[in-house]
Amino acid sequence: MLQKEIESVIIKFAGDSGDGMQVSGSLFTSTTAIYGNDLSTFPDFPAEIRAPAGTVAGVSGFQIRFGSSLVHTPGDECDVLVAMNAAALKSNLSSVAPQGIIIANSSGFDSKNLRLAGYQADDLPLEQAEKMGFKVLNLDLSKVSKETLLGEKISTKELERGKNMVALGLVCWMFNRNLDQVLELTKQRFAKNPAWAEWNQRLVKAGWNFGETIELFHERYQVNAASLPSGKYRGVSGNEALALGLVAASHKAGLQLFLGAYPITPASDILHELAKLKHLGANTFMAEDEIAAITSAIGVSYGGNLGVTASSGPGIALKTEAIGLAVMLELPLVICNIQRGGPSTGMPTKTEQADLFQAIFGRNGECELIVVAPGTPKECFDIAFQAVKLSVEHMTPVMLLSDGYIANGAEPWKFPSMKNLAQITPPIAEAIPYKPYLRDGNLVRKWAFPGMKDMQHRIGGIEKEDITGNISYDPLNHHKMVYLRKEKVAKVAKSIPPQLILQGPQKGKILVIGWGSTKGAITSAVETAHKAGIEVSQIHIQYLHPFPENLGDILSSFEYILIPELNTGQLAFILKANFQIHPICFNKVQGKPFFAKEIFDKLIEINQNA
Amino acid sequence: MHNLIDIQNQVPIYTAKDFESDQEVRWCPGCGDYSILKSVQKILPQIGKSKEDTVFVSGIGCSSRFPYYIDTYGLHSIHGRAFSVATGLKISRPELDVWVITGDGDGLSIGGNHLIHTCRRNPNLNILLFNNEIYGLTKGQHSPTSSQGQVTKSSPLGNIDTPFNPLLLTLGAGASFVARTADRFPAHMQQTLLKAAKYKGCSFVEIYQNCNIFNDGAFETFTDKESKDQYSIFIEHGKPLRFGVNNEWSIVLKNMEPCIVATSEIQEGEEWIHNQENKNLALLIAQFAQNPLFPRPFGVLYSVERECYENLFAMTPKIVEEEKLDKLIAGKFNWIV
Repeated sequence: MLQKEIESVIIKFAGDSGDGMQVSGSLFTSTTAIYGNDLSTFPDFPAEIRAPAGTVAGVSGFQIRFGSSLVHTPGDECDVLVAMNAAALKSNLSSVAPQGIIIANSSGFDSKNLRLAGYQADDLPLEQAEKMGFKVLNLDLSKVSKETLLGEKISTKELERGKNMVALGLVCWMFNRNLDQVLELTKQRFAKNPAWAEWNQRLVKAGWNFGETIELFHERYQVNAASLPSGKYRGVSGNEALALGLVAASHKAGLQLFLGAYPITPASDILHELAKLKHLGANTFMAEDEIAAITSAIGVSYGGNLGVTASSGPGIALKTEAIGLAVMLELPLVICNIQRGGPSTGMPTKTEQADLFQAIFGRNGECELIVVAPGTPKECFDIAFQAVKLSVEHMTPVMLLSDGYIANGAEPWKFPSMKNLAQITPPIAEAIPYKPYLRDGNLVRKWAFPGMKDMQHRIGGIEKEDITGNISYDPLNHHKMVYLRKEKVAKVAKSIPPQLILQGPQKGKILVIGWGSTKGAITSAVETAHKAGIEVSQIHIQYLHPFPENLGDILSSFEYILIPELNTGQLAFILKANFQIHPICFNKVQGKPFFAKEIFDKLIEINQNA
Repeated sequence: MHNLIDIQNQVPIYTAKDFESDQEVRWCPGCGDYSILKSVQKILPQIGKSKEDTVFVSGIGCSSRFPYYIDTYGLHSIHGRAFSVATGLKISRPELDVWVITGDGDGLSIGGNHLIHTCRRNPNLNILLFNNEIYGLTKGQHSPTSSQGQVTKSSPLGNIDTPFNPLLLTLGAGASFVARTADRFPAHMQQTLLKAAKYKGCSFVEIYQNCNIFNDGAFETFTDKESKDQYSIFIEHGKPLRFGVNNEWSIVLKNMEPCIVATSEIQEGEEWIHNQENKNLALLIAQFAQNPLFPRPFGVLYSVERECYENLFAMTPKIVEEEKLDKLIAGKFNWIV
């Protein structure tokens, strides 16, 4: 059999939400990671918990891209679509690459499934797909599953369900994964039930053998290991990484971590992750509402520990007044906003980055705080760590902007060792008499909390007198305090790393600026542009307020500036106001991430017109 | 500086004066809040907590200025949220003595959700709700305890809302210590506050407080020397429910219905002895307020032992070995490149 070497491939497992697509996908991911490929994954869940089986609304998917070179996104169009039923085909056909392979589970295309998927009785979707140029492999995976486990004491339903493992085995065969490894991972996955582990291993093997024996495949594919920096890796999703970053940082600060939260998509996983870590210093409190979630966290920070709250746009809106209180109290507080499609309830399970204005401006009064944003799932760890460090050391709330795409997306992560992480030093008060609003060179006040002798003081949301913190309605004092709080946040620019140019020359014709989860798509697009001989540079801003001190110099070193955003141009608006630049905005608000190709096409267009 | 030490609690022996802050008290002259402030300052030395281990948390409103006037730690938070700020503080620092100061607007309207959830959770907080049946700081709008028909700036044709009964509400929400007192009864107030302070759990004390500017005399019938004996009843655990100038009236239960009878005509075994651990009876007493013929009850209606939320929450200790965190970060599944 032919072995065709390819640089990277995108596979999507799609089926009914009960079909176990996430299991197949994550096992394939694990084996691929061990194989040494770089990779990126994204799960695609239906919004309904149990949508009617067989319908388009109930389709669940798992997309993985892996390659022998660096992989920045889960990919635009898939090269291989595994479609367990007609609905899975219908909802994913438009995102299969031209000439892509469709592995269809034939028993999922009977008249009932066609009807549920919304096809006409005489529709022949697979034949149609073939005519469109796709390579369709119509295989009865359900039958393989049933025959493999014939005679075992398993219900018909469970027998049918085994098709996901058959598909896994088949795909592993196609892409030359290590069979023993897949079997071992399968065993580990079902370790709690040895019988199930054994059955599932047999199903994977059956899928592998099926690939070898049926003569439909004329070639297998080889994706060689990528040259990644050596070290120990694990897979991590954005929300997992964020939770770990908070735990690591609170430890380095010597503070107890407290998360006040209220369930909201797509932020709830932060609550779930931390709730599992009570024994490792994470305290979680599920509050009665978003406001109690943040105000309980403020109570914790007032008591000398680290209060954190996590939510998404609508929840952040509810917390707004309390964020203002934390700004006035000048206490540490980390607010994580895992953005989703808005406004109002919007599109809860879809991604968008339209809360930047809310983060930077969305409060009453002159009310600045630090705003940071990770660009990929693994960056969530570093940015969460930095958010805690800046919040504690500068005694100010920090807003961390993640979004649904990186929260749920996953990638390999060369994880750090605790001993290599920076120390975090809370500015704890020592001098008596204690002056609550006396500031140091960075305009940071000292932190005294209940239990500290002879430092009793009263503070609140009312404007306070400089130094003493007593209530003051004095006009000049208010003016002074507004500017002190503002300058305190501005001074944070000195504590953050300078803006790096990720790709391309330090000055030149075209600069692409991104922030947040668009990083992968932009990086891929810029790489492709370089290969096409287009000179373009890339920066990705993690520190959005205040900006790195050298940002202005970078902006003035390029003729054209392209800002792709999953909103109508919020960062562009802010940069225009701050640096008087005239960027080209490229915007998409469809609840979906950018495709690298969309940005690449835009770069070609700019390059041609330049 | 103090030389005298309370040996049992290892705290200085304080006087009320020690709890006065350096801030000028700025309530309207004649406001009921002054009397509450004085009573709190009087009982704080009897609690056995040091000034630095005591915290007053408030929301927004006239009552919520309270923390500025007490020389302990104080946090003047935002409207309605003192309960959740205090809950976060208490569960993360269980050793602190945490007080919540709120009002009828702050605690029952904008903060109503947090109040009921605090009651059901039972953190060891002392909640003092100053009820003046009006919004004072915003200058005279009807509050969730204003009576029906009450004419205020926001209800010129008379209030159409049915008022909350704070004691019934908190009992319904699962509070395990519920009491009422009034600004005009300093001795009773101090007694009640002490009981609340010593109670291990969330103690809810409604304090009738006269707003002499926007709702003067709201509680006059119950607090005035001339009328209070007829219109108020002071209940005490283990004592019969009696009122009147010479306790000539009693309340008894007939077929689970409270009835007013002449004390002289009470039959053997008919007397209603207050049992603060009986929730059904507490609910009946709380409802006296719904019936204009009944006297208004003051005292501890309900007080039972219950696990404190901070014990159940059990904030984790500070020290976790870095090794354990390294293991956590490495995850269950990792590989070497």
